[in-house]
Amino acid sequence: MSLVLLIEQVLNGLQFGVMLFLMAAGLTLIFGVMGLINLAHGSFYMIGAFAAAATAAATGSFLLALAASLVAAAVAGAIVEMTVIRRLYNRDHLDQVLATFALILIFSEGTRWLFGSFPLFLDIPDYLAGPISLPFGIQYPQYRLAIIAVGLVVAGGLFALIAKTRIGIQIRAGESDREMIAALGVDISNLYTFVFALGAALAGIAGALIGAIQSVQVGMGEPVLILAFVVIVIGGIGSIKGALLGALLVGLTDTLAGFLLPNAFGLVMDPAAASAVGSSLASMSIYVLMAGVLLFRPTGLFGSS
Amino acid sequence: MKLKFLALVTALTSVASLAQADVKVGMITTLSGGGAGLGIDVRDGFMLAIKQSGRDDIEVVIEDDQRKPDIAVQLADRMIQSEKVDVLTGIIWSNLAMAVVPSALAQGKFYLSPNAGPSQLAGKGCHKNYFNVAWQNDNLHEAGGAHANSTGYNNTFVLAPNYPAGKDALTGFKRVYEGGLSGELYTKLGQKDYASEIAQIRASGADSVYFFLPGGMGISFLKQYADSGLELPLVGPAFSFDQGILQAVGDAALGVANTSQWSKDTANPTNEAFVASFQAEYGRLPSLYASQGFDTANLLISAAGSADVADGDAFQAALKAADFASTRGDFAFAGNNHPIQDIYVREVIKEGDIYTNKIVSTALEDHSNAYVSDCSM
Repeated sequence: MSLVLLIEQVLNGLQFGVMLFLMAAGLTLIFGVMGLINLAHGSFYMIGAFAAAATAAATGSFLLALAASLVAAAVAGAIVEMTVIRRLYNRDHLDQVLATFALILIFSEGTRWLFGSFPLFLDIPDYLAGPISLPFGIQYPQYRLAIIAVGLVVAGGLFALIAKTRIGIQIRAGESDREMIAALGVDISNLYTFVFALGAALAGIAGALIGAIQSVQVGMGEPVLILAFVVIVIGGIGSIKGALLGALLVGLTDTLAGFLLPNAFGLVMDPAAASAVGSSLASMSIYVLMAGVLLFRPTGLFGSS
Repeated sequence: MKLKFLALVTALTSVASLAQADVKVGMITTLSGGGAGLGIDVRDGFMLAIKQSGRDDIEVVIEDDQRKPDIAVQLADRMIQSEKVDVLTGIIWSNLAMAVVPSALAQGKFYLSPNAGPSQLAGKGCHKNYFNVAWQNDNLHEAGGAHANSTGYNNTFVLAPNYPAGKDALTGFKRVYEGGLSGELYTKLGQKDYASEIAQIRASGADSVYFFLPGGMGISFLKQYADSGLELPLVGPAFSFDQGILQAVGDAALGVANTSQWSKDTANPTNEAFVASFQAEYGRLPSLYASQGFDTANLLISAAGSADVADGDAFQAALKAADFASTRGDFAFAGNNHPIQDIYVREVIKEGDIYTNKIVSTALEDHSNAYVSDCSM
């Protein structure tokens, strides 16, 4: 195992973490501000990817495709908030889980109805294709570096939005006391629609960015959703800072455990058995991480008790 | 009045017993969620053959298993107990097949597999009423090993998902492959990001890569591999190169060698007619899954034409004879009711705007499977 390979794996872990952050940021905002468990968040990821694939096929432009993914997911988010989610704020979490689970099924079958059952084509643009040479002789795909950059820019923008702007103040106020902010004359239902659409748009652009290197197909959002929930539990529910740190931790743990554990077992076992045992343990690693964090900080790294 | 009622009942039962002379088929397959493309192709191929045969005595009930073993078991119970089907078919995934097939066979039903061929049902668990019309799970991977040998690969990196069919896959490959391995990896089932694996392939000094990553996993791997700048030759089974997937992979798949028992350009009149009529009926090219569904239905039609399904032994013998024109050309059943067939090496090409496969060589001729001697029935 060389240093170059290790650095490459750390970059992979970062890229995975940044992508998880885009998903988890919306999820944690929605939970923090509105107290809503939104299982359908993965559907916005899928909507973003399909919107991007359809736009890229029609126009050939990747930037337009990204814009389309933002708009489509935000619009879908706003519509869902206004028609369904709004009725769920005062219900308990079980009702929310049931209703948003129903939304997953509706979105999945609706997408199949519109686009068919076969995966769609979405590729990375020519100007980001291929590897780039980094110091120490590392060859790393440019596109993955671009994902890391986009994710960090979005994270910075989100912090600025929440810390510095008027709407950010309202969001933070809504998190601590929603009756009081309504009494102060802030239109709480518009604020909720905005937050929900923002979260959906972040998921949508994550879907489009990742769709270009993975597959754009029905049901692509659900595996990511589970990891995003792990991230917000580790980071502390409602905390953007926690989501970023949690996402990077999960991304790095998952990637490095998947790489290091089979190698470590390979020192004492034959390769086939080491690979099987190592990869089985590696897939548990993030849940072990979550359990460990919760043991010492039951509300997550940045959660308020 | 009472007499009239009795007469009516008798008349109805006699109609019902007449209807029992027909063959009733229960198809359980994946029509929603991830992997729906495979089930839809099997169903469409199967129904095309039924339609072309013009027979109205074969009734097909189709249900969606959502790729979930528990749902497949419920559907099978309902089909056997309330629908009273004679023959079950359609399951795509080996883990679902293992949940459904043994109990269906124990209840005296026939099972014709259009796809899944787990080794458990080929060896000790074989059954006279279980027929696999596709392949035993190891087959295409054995052909991959043969291709690696004949091409002269000597230091291959192999990877597959960490689940039973993934292990069968690498077992099958290694059974035939004679060179050395530069690395062996089991990935998570459903994994979509292969950056870590690709980095390890790059560092391993391999001269080629053999991978079994069906469906969406294969799309992700191929696109990321192409973008990584690695240029080692790739070999895989047809499951990552079927007609439904290739369009989503695009240029990244061009030129890749893959092994299959069927191809769009398999040269025989049955196949030419099948490809043309499938395209006319559904407006898309058939995949290997569609060809397997089509062959499964034609096997059933051939057996229903020469034996009564109520007479189990006769129907079993009629199936075993495999007296139908397969899209694959020569087709026969081995001792454990799994196919003996040629397996080809195909290459991904572009025809106009469509990505598809063409046959470049024959990897294994009249290939059977490794489990025949374990099977006693």
